[in-house]
Amino acid sequence: MDYLKETPSQTAGPYVHIGLAPAAAGFDIYEHELGFDPVPEGVPGERITVTGRVIDGMGAPVKDVLIEVWQADASGRYADSPEDFRGWFRVVPDFETGVFTLNTIRPGAHGRHAPHLSLWLVARGINVGLQTRMYFPDADNAADPVLNLIEQPHRRESLIATGESGAYNFDIHLQGEKETVFLDV
Amino acid sequence: MTLYQRDRTWHPPALAPDYKTSVARSPRQAMLSLDATASELSGPRFGHGDIAPGENDLITNYAQGGDPVGERIIVHGRVLDENRRPVPHTLVEIWQANAGGRYRHKKDQYLAAIDPNFGGCGRTLTDENGAYAFRTIKPGAYPWRNWVNNWRPAHIHVSVFGHSFGQRLITQMYFEGDPLIAHCPIVKSIPDPRAIEALIAPLDLNEAKPLDCLAYRFDIVLRGRRSTFFENRPEGN
Ligand SMILES: [Fe+2]
Repeated sequence: MDYLKETPSQTAGPYVHIGLAPAAAGFDIYEHELGFDPVPEGVPGERITVTGRVIDGMGAPVKDVLIEVWQADASGRYADSPEDFRGWFRVVPDFETGVFTLNTIRPGAHGRHAPHLSLWLVARGINVGLQTRMYFPDADNAADPVLNLIEQPHRRESLIATGESGAYNFDIHLQGEKETVFLDV
Repeated sequence: MTLYQRDRTWHPPALAPDYKTSVARSPRQAMLSLDATASELSGPRFGHGDIAPGENDLITNYAQGGDPVGERIIVHGRVLDENRRPVPHTLVEIWQANAGGRYRHKKDQYLAAIDPNFGGCGRTLTDENGAYAFRTIKPGAYPWRNWVNNWRPAHIHVSVFGHSFGQRLITQMYFEGDPLIAHCPIVKSIPDPRAIEALIAPLDLNEAKPLDCLAYRFDIVLRGRRSTFFENRPEGN
């Protein structure tokens, strides 16, 4: 068979910000840094804020994590042209506290999939970027095929944010009793 | 359509105890495996309006009136998928230390000097054949806190998107002939020596520019797409 093998992953390391978020690394190099634009004014949809932390197996916040967010628009549609709401963000936490903040719009449901944000985490000590999802506590998640694939009902909770009225909190646990469900997808 | 499953035995495992930071940062539960859905098959699109010309030239993109110190090199290659299809118009971003092994990052305290003319990052879009190229200087090896005397081989960090969020990949490119590769716990987190080989860029003398610049070749392979010939499930799952 004439297939190639995927290039193996390596950790993004502690200095991932130099490449993907240079302003956070402390210098100014690009005219336009990608992934940090606010949602443009004309884009329809409810404005929401998500805060949270990524927490390691010792209970400490992962302050050097970089998260990418990918989401549908308010009607549940994923962007396929540069004119659309892009639906993609980079999120870097405060280096002192590890708390991140994302300002976006609430995505719509896509088919049977309940509204969710897809998240991809990279950091020092993470050898392959971790995929997960954030669902909303105030949405109907009952028929969601991904949540329903999780065998242990209590682990589904790890993918559902807390909060309401457009202000949500979502902590991601890399290990421990509250370990987040990560997706091999 | 969906993505080929990721061969998790080819990638490094989440827990690689000799790379100490992975111990507290590696999930312990089994991941939830599922076919890619619309969320992973779609992905962000980037265009020429997103980046400026010259951002792929690390020799000039941060220069403050001089050239950075170090060995001038071109790093080039193609982004392909597992079906050998080129991945056109996709964003490739790189970052690296300077020739002395020092990063321009407020958290890097290594005693090697910052180079005033070197930023250490670049980005570009692949062309219609999936080809990309950067000009830069060869990064230096640097020490890091793991065991008491660990040194990273010279490397360039590489981030690639592909056309699906499920293809998203970050890796590191190493240089042919570097004796530190064999000693690095991060490299050795990859179990299969053939997989390590795929991260070592060979010298490409044909693309070196006489009296100017050496060249290294680094091809990147992203997950392939499977056609679903007999689809049972409704669209949108
Ligand atoms: Fe590095």
